[in-house]
Amino acid sequence: MPTNQEKSGAAGETAGNRRLSFGSPFLYVTFFFSAAVLLFIVMPLFQMVSQPSLASLWETIHDPEVLSSIWLSVYTALIAALIAFVVGTPLAYSLARHDFFGKKLIESIIDLPIMIPHPVVGIAILSLLGRGHPLGQLMGKIGLRIMGSVTGIIVVLTFVGLPFYLNAAKSGFESVPVRLEKVSRSLGAGRAATFFRVTFPLSWRHMLGGVIMCAARAVSEFGAVVIVAYHPMIAPVLMYERFTAYGLKYSQPVGVWLILVCLTLFMLLRLVSLPSKVER
Amino acid sequence: MIKLEQLTVKLPGFAVQDISLQVAPGEFFALLGPTGSGKTVILESIAGLVHVTGGVIRVDGKTITHLPPEQRRIGIVYQDYALFPHLTVMENICYGLRYFDLDMHQARQRVDHLVELLGLQNITHRRPLHLSGGEKQRVCLARALSVNPSVLLLDEPLSALDPNFREEIRRVLKKLHGELRITFMMVTHDFSEALYLADRVGIIRNGRMEQVGSTEDIFLRPANPFVAEFVGMKNIFAACVADQKIEFGGLSCPLSEQVICKQGVLALRPEDIVLQRENGFSDDYVHYAGVIEQIVPAGLWHEISVRCREACFKTIMDRKTLMMHRYNEGDAVYLGFQAEAVRVF
Repeated sequence: MPTNQEKSGAAGETAGNRRLSFGSPFLYVTFFFSAAVLLFIVMPLFQMVSQPSLASLWETIHDPEVLSSIWLSVYTALIAALIAFVVGTPLAYSLARHDFFGKKLIESIIDLPIMIPHPVVGIAILSLLGRGHPLGQLMGKIGLRIMGSVTGIIVVLTFVGLPFYLNAAKSGFESVPVRLEKVSRSLGAGRAATFFRVTFPLSWRHMLGGVIMCAARAVSEFGAVVIVAYHPMIAPVLMYERFTAYGLKYSQPVGVWLILVCLTLFMLLRLVSLPSKVER
Repeated sequence: MIKLEQLTVKLPGFAVQDISLQVAPGEFFALLGPTGSGKTVILESIAGLVHVTGGVIRVDGKTITHLPPEQRRIGIVYQDYALFPHLTVMENICYGLRYFDLDMHQARQRVDHLVELLGLQNITHRRPLHLSGGEKQRVCLARALSVNPSVLLLDEPLSALDPNFREEIRRVLKKLHGELRITFMMVTHDFSEALYLADRVGIIRNGRMEQVGSTEDIFLRPANPFVAEFVGMKNIFAACVADQKIEFGGLSCPLSEQVICKQGVLALRPEDIVLQRENGFSDDYVHYAGVIEQIVPAGLWHEISVRCREACFKTIMDRKTLMMHRYNEGDAVYLGFQAEAVRVF
């Protein structure tokens, strides 16, 4: 049994620590920089969202050109994320589970689209899939048009979004202990059954996070898309066109609607990926 | 039955080499060795979970060396449980039922029997996260046994448990083996676990098998200084044999039988050494005068170091005896042991 003196001593120590932490310059510096970072992100967005009048927002959302561009932006980004999910999952799993010669090089190659300036991505895709390259000519022959098409937009968005999905899925697979897979196989499940019954249920949140990051990156892409497919116009290209042709006032409402639509969509996806009560 | 013929597994920076071993049907075999000696690699190669570089693995007469793990029907239980965290206890136990050609009614009966045998009735709906270490290990055992495996592999099943749960799982393992009579192969670094559970033991070091035999055989007749030390012979001295005597640390000890001293090592168990204040040893005891250097409490026992010339012997004594004789550090004593207790390598 602690004595009253010990109790008060312990309490005093706790209070002392609290006083010490409140008086610490470290806390003030942390608070100041945290607030500065949050303001830096929020202020321009708030300014953009609050500037357009309700009337102009109402008018913009009834503009068929705006609606179709936002819709195009959202669905091409989601298709790009879906493609990344389907084609990227095996590679992410292999990288998470196996060590092999050249693995570091492959990981660096995967990160390349994050580092390359966006117009360079557009030019690179244009040079490979344009009419001047045999691959582009072949695609033309089979009826796949890349330049100035939805297909082209999806190709670009998949290219820029893939690293985000691959890295998130890879870290998800790495978080699943290999021993769980080994036990599953010892219990009679093959590789595929083990993946779908053990690995996937334990890593799908990472994968969904990767899909969200991939789609978010894709929906915000401008520099590469504008080179490969100016038309049909995705929302960022439409905003750019309205800004250069009519000024800030006419481009802002489009941006506001794109932000609202994307925010709603990504919040819904994030909600789905939250752990359930049982898992917590 | 498990039969390993010159099993070789090469991993980056480590290799298990030429392991040959036979485990009889229904036997409880323990594979012992220090950490990093390759015990788990051998276990996982039997389960098909690591790539085997050379040699042959047979189970019940069938060669399974390169068979995928899902076709082997060999259960494995890890020390860190490896329970599927997203499934309930019952879902974990029933995980493998669908993959084998089992009569579902019989399989269900088997699962119910295992649940009862392992005392899991009240936790079948719970998730592994909310279980104690002992409960987790019992679920692991039920899951591995639910598919009616021909062999059960246990990778240090008691290591991660608290002492209370360790005792409980030890009893459970003994009970399961007694009731199911399937072949158990356990990996451990604790010889006392093997003594309690196993019929036979294999000692492994640096990927090579040092000795295989009954627990009694290994305990009483270790094949080399490493095995001797591993099974608790704490008195190991450099020695040489001359004229039916063995000399070590400035001391001389008559040999009970003709021995060939190949490695020049003498080994003696601490519990074979007796201490006395006065020299009252009978003729069949070898004895030396010495001084107590150190007395260290070691659980239920005290470990006493006694220096006799250059040799420092270690013996053990229970607390009551120690108090009765009032031994203290620096006391002059006589130390003795029977010549038959000495092992020479």
